[in-house]
Amino acid sequence: MKKEIPLLIAFLLGTWMILENFLTGIPWVGPMKEVITNGGIVIMAFTYVLGIYSIVSVNVARIRRGQDVVPKVALLAALALMVALGFWRGHEEGTPFNWLYLNLYVPLQATMFSLLAFYIASAAFRAFRARSLEATLLLVCAILVMVGRIPVGEKIWASFPQVSDWIMNIPNLAGKRAIMIGAALGAISTGLRVILGLERSYLGGE
Amino acid sequence: MPPFFAQVALGGLTLSPGQITVFLSVLLMVALLAYFYQRIRKDPGALFIRRIAGIDAIEEAVGRCTEMGRPILYVPGIEDMQDIQTIASMLILGKVAETAARYKTEIFVPCRIPFVMSVAEEMVRQGFYNAGVPEDHKPGNMSFISDEQFAYTAGVNGIMLRERPAANLLLGRFFAESLILSETGFEAKAIQVAGTAEVTQLPFFIAACDYTLIGEELFAASAYLSRDPKLLSNLKATDWYKMVCIAVMLLGSLLVTLDSIGWWDGAGAFRDWFLIQ
Repeated sequence: MKKEIPLLIAFLLGTWMILENFLTGIPWVGPMKEVITNGGIVIMAFTYVLGIYSIVSVNVARIRRGQDVVPKVALLAALALMVALGFWRGHEEGTPFNWLYLNLYVPLQATMFSLLAFYIASAAFRAFRARSLEATLLLVCAILVMVGRIPVGEKIWASFPQVSDWIMNIPNLAGKRAIMIGAALGAISTGLRVILGLERSYLGGE
Repeated sequence: MPPFFAQVALGGLTLSPGQITVFLSVLLMVALLAYFYQRIRKDPGALFIRRIAGIDAIEEAVGRCTEMGRPILYVPGIEDMQDIQTIASMLILGKVAETAARYKTEIFVPCRIPFVMSVAEEMVRQGFYNAGVPEDHKPGNMSFISDEQFAYTAGVNGIMLRERPAANLLLGRFFAESLILSETGFEAKAIQVAGTAEVTQLPFFIAACDYTLIGEELFAASAYLSRDPKLLSNLKATDWYKMVCIAVMLLGSLLVTLDSIGWWDGAGAFRDWFLIQ
């Protein structure tokens, strides 16, 4: 029973999630769907308590071991501060919570995002080295697309934008669609594997 | 359009042509799964699955960690458990954790969503249990970092640079953080195996990682790693389903071509069968 009940739950809920797409004309389907979706949201909300427990326990353990004490204390202090400010004055516009979020957290996130520009340059440098026929093709296509997308490209040769668009819309799009179709089939097959009980690794194997 | 495909009404329930096609497609997939499952039960040796370099590299990466005495970092993407790529990633995590446990190698799984963390902890616990060493499992290694995208990225980068894992497995759904993570891993000199079905992030992974599982390979990985004939039969069903899709696409291209030169005027009706309203 330890395996059969979870398998039955997975089968019933999985089958329901597929069938509800086709049962749109039946009156009780909408409310039923809402109940199941709300159940999922409640479970997910509870897991945030586990998330906070995880952050606190992992970082307290490190502080006790004397590893990265300053960053870990800063992290826990920031967590406690934001929770306290949120309970004290809420998180609407003009509150201390909102001010800290907009003036500290958002710029820090933007800083992380801006690193992407440097990483693109370093990754492109490695990827575009013409070491083989495929890498050379990649390099040539990349140069054509880049030149076709900047204003000076059109000044050099009026057809550069068309060449760039052709590469993006014909060979590139064909490859992209092939990957998307393959991925969609893989997703369907993985879903059915779990729903039909063929994949049981989450139950502890055979 | 033939009247049958216009719509099907079953006691107040009305299905559009697109819905009928989707429903029949699901039934076809189930039928193919059942057929290959039965076939493999009768003759387990009848199945040939080509080698997938990226998936073989996962096992090599775990071996490398063991040789170097350094941990594995497993990043399950940044999406929720509702996402099929995260589900596929969790199934792979179970197999990776089992191999890691067998080799006595530590595994870190930082998560962006607490629910994913709970599932990851169960999968790793089960992996260690299956390997016969449940006492080696460290629940603290499955941690929640932050549900903000770049705060999570910063946290994972920190783990890469502090813990110095010998292998980074980036499997799941990724967005703008994909290149930041994989370039940091490259600088930390870890062997990197990435896998996603997110077409916009695949070029970044291909440029920065040693191996990349492209699209459907991510979904095939758990079955491939298990070597279980029952699960491998699923890959065969997917391949045959792909053949059906290719045949439909070729037929559609032919009909549209005939339509455009005025030899046949049914291409619109054929296309309508595949329109989901």
